[in-house]
Amino acid sequence: MTDKLLFENVTPRSRVEIAKRVAQDVTAGWCVNLGIGIPTMIADYVPASAEVMFHSENGILGMGTAPSEADQDPWLINAGKQYASLVTGAAIIHHADSFAIARGGHLDLCVLGAYQVSQNGDLANWAIDGGETAPAVGGAMDLAVGAKRVWLLMTHLSKAGVAKLTRECSYPLTAAGCVKRIYTDYAVIDVTENGFEAIELVDGLSIEQLRRIVDAPIKMIG
Amino acid sequence: MIDKFVAIADAFEGVADGSTILIGGFGASGEPTQLIDALVEQGAKDLTMVANGAGAGGDFGISRLIEHKRVRKVICSFPGRKALVFAAQHKAGEVELEIVPQGTIAERIRAGGAGIPAFYTATSAGTLLGAGKPTEVFDGVTYVLERAIKADLALIEAWNGDRWGNLTYRSTGRNFNPIMAMAAEMTVVQVQHRVELGELDPETIITPGVFVNRMVHIAHGNPPKF
Repeated sequence: MTDKLLFENVTPRSRVEIAKRVAQDVTAGWCVNLGIGIPTMIADYVPASAEVMFHSENGILGMGTAPSEADQDPWLINAGKQYASLVTGAAIIHHADSFAIARGGHLDLCVLGAYQVSQNGDLANWAIDGGETAPAVGGAMDLAVGAKRVWLLMTHLSKAGVAKLTRECSYPLTAAGCVKRIYTDYAVIDVTENGFEAIELVDGLSIEQLRRIVDAPIKMIG
Repeated sequence: MIDKFVAIADAFEGVADGSTILIGGFGASGEPTQLIDALVEQGAKDLTMVANGAGAGGDFGISRLIEHKRVRKVICSFPGRKALVFAAQHKAGEVELEIVPQGTIAERIRAGGAGIPAFYTATSAGTLLGAGKPTEVFDGVTYVLERAIKADLALIEAWNGDRWGNLTYRSTGRNFNPIMAMAAEMTVVQVQHRVELGELDPETIITPGVFVNRMVHIAHGNPPKF
């Protein structure tokens, strides 16, 4: 975020800290897909002993941490086309099976980034205005409709300072009503039948302050 | 005796202009780079190309095919930030683009190979990419009807292959290759290693030879760095 604090005496979570916070809620034994970019970092904070099976949609079940340069295998890459590694017990699968895992409800969790999320869980994370000359969707739509839980890892505000948690998405949707929980720089928020419900705020933040950076009704639970 | 191995110069004999072609690979891993070179050499044009992306940059593979203006339409999920040649031609109106969610493109190909003409998926329901397609509600969930993809030609990269066309793949180089091999009238494979019939353990064969028409043995080494 910016150098200047949005709220006096409230330090927002950095992206790494949000990733660490998400990792605390990843349950041992789950099958998990992490979106390209910041969500990928969550894997670094999930202990190997938890035996979480990380899925990469290009065809890995059981992806390990990023290899050192010496251990890079040019054939073994992840969905972000970075060099990858396999854990003991990993499987290689073809694309139709990989997306059967996603679409077929076999992922316990998928963590994605977002441009916008609405109070009923609509997600917009693949296109800004729908008018791009060459938009790119990748696997986002399949993951969003198929995973048992879709969580978001995101900041509250866009770079332009606009609230990304909103009543209704103005950007093209990735999937409707799919988001269950949002981890941000200021809070952890559930998306329920009643809309946004904050379940955790960073130290020093009040629900009134949070409301100033959410463009929809939000209440504190617990 | 069945022997599907041919010289690379003969690999694309008979491929017509206007063909629909499938190209395996995800990034540079599993992309049949040398076959693409041979297709450029063969000269077929006005192609509809189905692949995950529209080129990884550089002057090889899909980027090279597009550079040589052989592709009229790209059907893919992620053109990619490095697909500069494609982007320029697309902007100039020279190449058409159909964006398809990655899992939908995979299943459309799989269905094409499996004799399923169409299927329903929840992917893209209520989005721009599902707009205008027939929908149906099953158990309270809206699904979009998607048509199978069948192609005239598939270009496949594999690791081991025998003369019947039985194939194994290497690591994430597998990606789209096994399903694309099933979905074309003519499947042409480049194999890193040519093995004797019987050398491959039947339990480990990923693509059985029935899906393969022509094979070329090219020990090309590792994929290029990207």
